[in-house]
Amino acid sequence: MTTTNLGMPTRVRLTPAPPEGALIDSPPFPQAAIRELGKDTQRANLRHATHTIRTKRQRVVAELDHWQDLRSAGEAVKNRVARHLDTWLVQLEENLTRAGSTVHWARDAEEANRIIIDLIRATGSDEVVKVKSMATQEIDLNEALEGAGIAAWETDLAELIVQLGHDRPSHILVPAIHRNRTEVRDIFLEEMGRYGTPPPEGLDDDPGRLANAARTHLRDKFLRARVAVSGANFAVAETGSLVVVESEGNGRMCLTLPQTLISVVGIEKVVPTFADLEVFLQLLPRSSTAERMNPYTTIWTGPTPGDGTQDVHVVLVDNGRTRALADPSGRAALRCIRCSACLNICPVFEKVGGHAYGSVYPGPIGAILNPQLRGVESAVDRSLPFASTLCGACDDVCPVKIPISDILVQQRHRIVEAKKAEAGRKPHLESVLMKGGGWLMGDARRLALMQRAANVFGLVGGRAIGHIGNWPVPGLSRWLRARNVPMPPTASFRAQFDKTSDKTRGGQR
Amino acid sequence: MSTARDEILGRIRTALRDVTETDPARDVPVAWQYGRATDIADVLGLFVERVEDYRAVVERVPVADVPEAVVRHLRDTGATTVVLPVGIEAAWRAAVEASGLEVLSDEPALSHDELNRVDAVVTAAAVGIAETGTFVLDHRPDQGRRALTLVPDRHVCVVRADQVVTDVPEAVGRLAASVAEGLPLTWVSGPSATSDIELNRVEGVHGPRTLHVLVAV
Repeated sequence: MTTTNLGMPTRVRLTPAPPEGALIDSPPFPQAAIRELGKDTQRANLRHATHTIRTKRQRVVAELDHWQDLRSAGEAVKNRVARHLDTWLVQLEENLTRAGSTVHWARDAEEANRIIIDLIRATGSDEVVKVKSMATQEIDLNEALEGAGIAAWETDLAELIVQLGHDRPSHILVPAIHRNRTEVRDIFLEEMGRYGTPPPEGLDDDPGRLANAARTHLRDKFLRARVAVSGANFAVAETGSLVVVESEGNGRMCLTLPQTLISVVGIEKVVPTFADLEVFLQLLPRSSTAERMNPYTTIWTGPTPGDGTQDVHVVLVDNGRTRALADPSGRAALRCIRCSACLNICPVFEKVGGHAYGSVYPGPIGAILNPQLRGVESAVDRSLPFASTLCGACDDVCPVKIPISDILVQQRHRIVEAKKAEAGRKPHLESVLMKGGGWLMGDARRLALMQRAANVFGLVGGRAIGHIGNWPVPGLSRWLRARNVPMPPTASFRAQFDKTSDKTRGGQR
Repeated sequence: MSTARDEILGRIRTALRDVTETDPARDVPVAWQYGRATDIADVLGLFVERVEDYRAVVERVPVADVPEAVVRHLRDTGATTVVLPVGIEAAWRAAVEASGLEVLSDEPALSHDELNRVDAVVTAAAVGIAETGTFVLDHRPDQGRRALTLVPDRHVCVVRADQVVTDVPEAVGRLAASVAEGLPLTWVSGPSATSDIELNRVEGVHGPRTLHVLVAV
């Protein structure tokens, strides 16, 4: 058994301990990326998984002629939500209450965790079963509960793999995407028996049998649990309904079998009408798991007598969302429906994986969302908008058309400005070079002179070698280390153009 | 001291100072026609094909033959005990009771553990969706409470031909009345599944691992 020291007498942990330290204290992206790139198995796992899902997504999206119209509708509905968020939240609260749910509001993670702990304590239970939820990851609920003496059991297969593996999620949809089947088997064999029903003897790494081991392990927890904690994919203002989209049935177990249900919902999850779900229930499954429809979706409108959880709570969480909302261009990031298509398509994510981003929201969406939700005080949040090649693949797959690369550029600008404003900071070499470049190109004669110099360099250097490689040029060596730059040409385009057009004119004469 | 609610709403109003149009519909028009049917030539045919894609067993059955087919499919799943919702069609109940399978009633409600020992459940449905191969339960008495179609490992579901619509928008339109009544909805697309290990789809985790869908025509 592992133990933990919280400045209190050391006691036995109830659930597997995650890695030490807080995510916000993660190293900046470039450092973390180098660390992650060194993990060969993980790189192979990520490549396999992201390429599989890309192909599948492309296929199911191509089935719908009106996919682009759907994306535009998703974008517009979510803009309507964000730009009138107070209206919808008041309406949502009213209809949740009318349906018999109890509504709580939390300004930040700490307040949300306190509300949830109090609700669980009131039931007398010392454990909860959990539906996979990004909001609860974001507020680090499991560790808050552990500290309060309440065991939180993750029931989504990937979350279970992460929890039993003393690990952190590395993907929004498939938190254990960095693990392959053999690693999963090893984790199950090592840890499952310590926290409940052990895996069957001789468990191999067949995914079907691994899923079956999870079924057996969790069944007892589902049947005895008195409290469940979930998130919600959507909250319908018009009807006071919550929606959970899932695959395995663990969500249905949690939403149905216990007595008490606590749903943790980010305030941006609201949609105005029940009819709006026709848009999102088409966009989400095809973008996330690349299916025409996910196996199970549950929509509940308060408690139903004699059916499912009877004590129903909803915790509406801000935790930085209003900060993101205050930026008229950045607020588009709040349209995100957490499908993970941008992660799966991203050439950077594919190589480094989710742990390099120092947040529960990795990949392109994380790179724009984290600095907005958490601010740019931490080293990791300052580095995230630069964790992209700006190739724009994420813009094309986003089901709600978030202009991710535009927002990345805006945030880079903001971070550079913030750094410049900090007293005593030497100007970065890049900005010096850019200024110099601007001066050179600001005058035709200066540019021509520079080009002639470059042509001479190309003429002489080109005889020896075809490109500029890993040369020890002061200030540029780090940049050159990763690139082969072509030799400058022996004549500039402008010189060529002048020559050709002289000839043409000469011929006409 | 202001409450969290007031403070969050206040933060939102401050954040949205740039939004001057107060009518959300005028401020952000949504160019989408809601509730439209998709153009599908053979709706039932597509429904059958798409449900089969999820590796569920599907059969078209004339309405008169449904009771016999329900029993036959229950036997195919290997079930020996079956729970029936209180409001299930009398003819289906009679056929199952006459079949020699052990039939349990959910009145009074079975405990979680009792339900966990039942092999199978038979239900009706509320809506079928052709494009996505989905059926939706609104848990009226002919479908039973949610746990009935979740804990037992085998589910035989009978969908009437007139319940099958083209696509998600039509389904959402039909289900609005159930939600207005406060009924919960469960959308089911194939047996329970996961893609959590290497993004390979594997059928069968916590929900029913065996799913048979009878389309009554």
